[in-house]
Amino acid sequence: MASIKHKNTKRIEGLDKNVWVAFTSVAADPSIVNLGQGYPDIPPPSYVKEGLAQAAMVDRLNQYTRGFGHPTLVKALSKVYGKVYDRQLDPFKEILVTVGGYGSLFSTMQALVEEGDEVIIIEPFFDCYVPMVKMAGGKPVLIPLRLKSSSAASSVSSADWVLDQEELASKFNSKTKAIIINTPNNPIGKIFSRSELQAIADLCIKHDTLCISDEVYEWLVYKGHEHVKIATLPGMWDRTITIGSAGKTFSVTGWKLGWSIGPEHLIKHLQTVMQNSLYTCPTPLQEAVGQGLLRDFELMGKPDCYFTSLALELEGKRDRMAAMLRQTGMTPVVPEGGYFMIADVTALNQDLSHMGDDEPYDYKFVKWMIKEKKLASIPVTAFVGEDSVKQFEKYIRLCFIKQESTLDAAEAILKSWNKD
Amino acid sequence: MIFSLIMQGNMSRKLHARRIEGIDKNIWVEFSQLAADYKAVNLGQGFPDFSPPHFIQEAFCKALNGGFSKHQYTRAFGHPNLVKILAKFFSRIVGREIDPMEDILVSVGAYQALFCTFQALIDEGDEVIIVEPFFDCYQPMVMMAGGTTCLLDLRLKEGCGPVLSSADWVLSPEELASKFSPRTKAIVINTPNNPLGKVYQQEELHMIADLCIKHDVICISDEVYEWLTYDGTKHVKIASLPGMWERTVTIGSAGKTFSATGWKVGWAMGPGHILKHLKTVHQNSVYHCATAAQEAVAVGFQREYDVFGTEGSYFQQLPKHLHEKRLRLADCLKSVGLKPVLPQGGYFMIADISNLNVDLADPSTKDEPYDYRFVKWLIKEKGLATIPVSAFFSPEHKDEFQKYIRFCFVKNGMFCSYF
Repeated sequence: MASIKHKNTKRIEGLDKNVWVAFTSVAADPSIVNLGQGYPDIPPPSYVKEGLAQAAMVDRLNQYTRGFGHPTLVKALSKVYGKVYDRQLDPFKEILVTVGGYGSLFSTMQALVEEGDEVIIIEPFFDCYVPMVKMAGGKPVLIPLRLKSSSAASSVSSADWVLDQEELASKFNSKTKAIIINTPNNPIGKIFSRSELQAIADLCIKHDTLCISDEVYEWLVYKGHEHVKIATLPGMWDRTITIGSAGKTFSVTGWKLGWSIGPEHLIKHLQTVMQNSLYTCPTPLQEAVGQGLLRDFELMGKPDCYFTSLALELEGKRDRMAAMLRQTGMTPVVPEGGYFMIADVTALNQDLSHMGDDEPYDYKFVKWMIKEKKLASIPVTAFVGEDSVKQFEKYIRLCFIKQESTLDAAEAILKSWNKD
Repeated sequence: MIFSLIMQGNMSRKLHARRIEGIDKNIWVEFSQLAADYKAVNLGQGFPDFSPPHFIQEAFCKALNGGFSKHQYTRAFGHPNLVKILAKFFSRIVGREIDPMEDILVSVGAYQALFCTFQALIDEGDEVIIVEPFFDCYQPMVMMAGGTTCLLDLRLKEGCGPVLSSADWVLSPEELASKFSPRTKAIVINTPNNPLGKVYQQEELHMIADLCIKHDVICISDEVYEWLTYDGTKHVKIASLPGMWERTVTIGSAGKTFSATGWKVGWAMGPGHILKHLKTVHQNSVYHCATAAQEAVAVGFQREYDVFGTEGSYFQQLPKHLHEKRLRLADCLKSVGLKPVLPQGGYFMIADISNLNVDLADPSTKDEPYDYRFVKWLIKEKGLATIPVSAFFSPEHKDEFQKYIRFCFVKNGMFCSYF
C-alpha cells in the first residue's frame, strides 16, 4: 500500500507522460518501417568508433575525468567553435559538457529559470522544452510559427513558416527570463535567417532576457542555406547559451554527449547544476568525441569534413523522401536543415472517424498508418501546445537519416498507398 | 550582490535560480586542481589507478563493434539487457522477484540516481536525515530539492582498543530516534560508508528500519561499495529487511563494481510505485544513458551471475586484492606517526593526524580547518594528495572533525614509497 509520503514532488507533477514512450514501443516491431524517432540507422564514421575503441584501452580513460568536461574534449570544442564564432573560447570557463543536448537544456533551465519566470517557446518545439520549464517552476509562453499565406500550395519549404513579428513582441514582458530557439528546428527543419534572429535579438536586448539556442542540428544545413548563431549577433554573446550535440554531429545519439557554450557568468551556474546532479560525463566517450572533432577541425570547409559530407548525404535523402511523399498525395514541407520533414496529410482525405474523438487527427493518423501501412512517424501536435493543435493536426513528422534500404521500404509502402 | 551584477556583463537582473544558491563550492574541484598543479601522487579522489577487469573491457569493445544500434538511443529507463540482468542478479540477493522494467532505473552513475531520488521525493519543507560523515553531495542535493538536512553523527564508541576500526563508529539509538519527526521524508545511509569504511551490521540496520517503518520514512541506501568488504564482514541490504522493500531506494554503481568509474553507469532499485517518480525526473533531465557502456555492464553482470560466490568471481577477487592493500597502507601510515582507522569496507581509509606536529606555516590557508591546511601542506610539500575529512561533515560540524584525512587505497602503487 503506497504511503502518501511516496507521492511525487510538486516539481514533477503532471510531467510523467511522454510522447516517445507511447510511440517507440509500438514502432519497435521489426515489421514496421520506422521513420518516427530521430536517430540514424546509418553507422557513425569509422574514425569515431575507432577513437572510442582506442580510448577504452587506456587505463586512465576508464576512470573519472574533469567534471565540467574532459580536457581533450573541451579544448577541441573551443578550437572548433572558436573558429565558428570567430572568438577565443575559454575551454574551462565558457564550455560545459553534458549528457546530450538534453542534459544541456536541463542544466540551463535548472540554473537560470525559477518560479515567477516566463520562458517563450516557439511552436512546434522539441517536446522536452515545456516540461523542463515547468519542472524549473517557470511558465511556458507559446508562440507558433505560421505558414505564410503567400507560399505556393505545391511546394512548401520550412522557410515558409515564420513568426508574426507583432505577436512575438507581445509575448515579451518584464517577467520574461528567456526565449528558447531551435535552429535548425525540430520538427519543421526551419533555419532562422539572420534577419529573423536579429528581430529576436532586438527583443532580448530590449527586455533584457536570456536566449537559449538549441543548435544540435547545426551542421545539417542544405544547399542555399546558412546556419547563423544568434550568439554572434551584437549584444547577444553575454546573454546566450548555445547548445550542441555530439550525438547529432557524429550520428552517435547513443553516446549522449552534448555541450553548452556561453559567457562565464552564465556557464558557471550551469556548472553548479552539473556538479550537483551527475558531476561528470563518461570519459572514454568524451575522449573519442574530442579526437573526432580535432580530426574534422583540420578538414573544416572541405568536402570530406564529416560536418559537410553528412549534410550532402542527407540532402539526397531529403529530396528522395519529399518526392515519395508527394507521389502519395501528401504535401511535404521541405526542410532547410535537420533530419526531419513534416508532411501535410490533408489531401489524402483519410477518414478516421472510427477512431473516436479524444485525440488530435495526427495522433489518430499516425496510429492508423502504423497499423494499416506498417510505417511509423510522429504526430506533430506532440510538439505544440493545446491552443495550436488545430493549426498542426494535419501534419506528421518523418525522420530521413535512414539507410537506403529503409527508404526503399518506405517508398514501397508509399507507392502502393492507394492500391488497397 | 552589486559585484555579481557588474560581473554579469550586459544583463542587469539577477540571473541564477535560487535552487543553486549556496551549493556552488565543491571540494573536488578545489583539491583535484591543486593535486594536478603540484603533480601530486593522488591518493585523494576515489578511483582505481588500474584498469577494469579484462572481461569487461572486452565486453565494451564488443559492444562498440556490435552494429549501429549500440551507438544510438536505447530504452530511456535502462538498456533492456542491463535491467534484465540487474533484476535477475539482485533478485537472487534480495530474495524477491525484482521487475526489470518497473523496479529499476539506470542512471549516469550512482550520482545521478541520487539526484533523481532527491528531486523525485524531496519537496520544500521535507526533512532528510543524513548520517555524518557523508559523501559530500547528499547535503547540497537535499538543499537543491528545497529540503532541510537533519544531521546525525557517527561517534567513536566508548572503550575502543588502541587500533581503531570503522566498526568503532556507531549511532546512538536515542539520538537516532530523536531525529525522526513528522516532517521527516527520508533518511540517507551509505554502507559501506565513504569516508569511514563502516559497514552497517544487521542490528544497526534493523534499528534504522524500525524507525523508518514507525515514522513512515523512505530509506535511501547508497551501496556503491557493496562488493568491497574485508575481514569477512558481510554487506547487508536494508531493502531485504522486513517491511523495507516498499520504502527503500537502493543505489548501485557499475563504476565501483567493475573499477570503471569513468563509464558513469549506475542504478536505482526499489518498488515500482517509488521508482516511477525517479523515472519522471530522469525523462525530464537526461532521458537516456549511453548505450554501449550499458551493454558492456550487462555482459559483466551476466558473467558474474554465472560465477557468483566462486573464486573466479571479480566480486571475490577485487576485495581480496584490496584487503592486502588496505593493511599495507595502514602500516605505512602508522610508520610515519599517523593513526589509521581500519575500514571494514569501501575504497577509503581515514587517519588521525593529530600526533604529527607539523608547522603548517602557510598564510594562504590560515583561516581554514586544520585538516584542510594539512592536506594542502601535504600536496605542496610532500607531493601527496589526500582529502580532508571535515569536507564530509556539514558546515555546522566541520570544526569538531578537523583531525582526520582520507586516503584512497584502490591503487597499485607501493604506498610506503610515497612517504
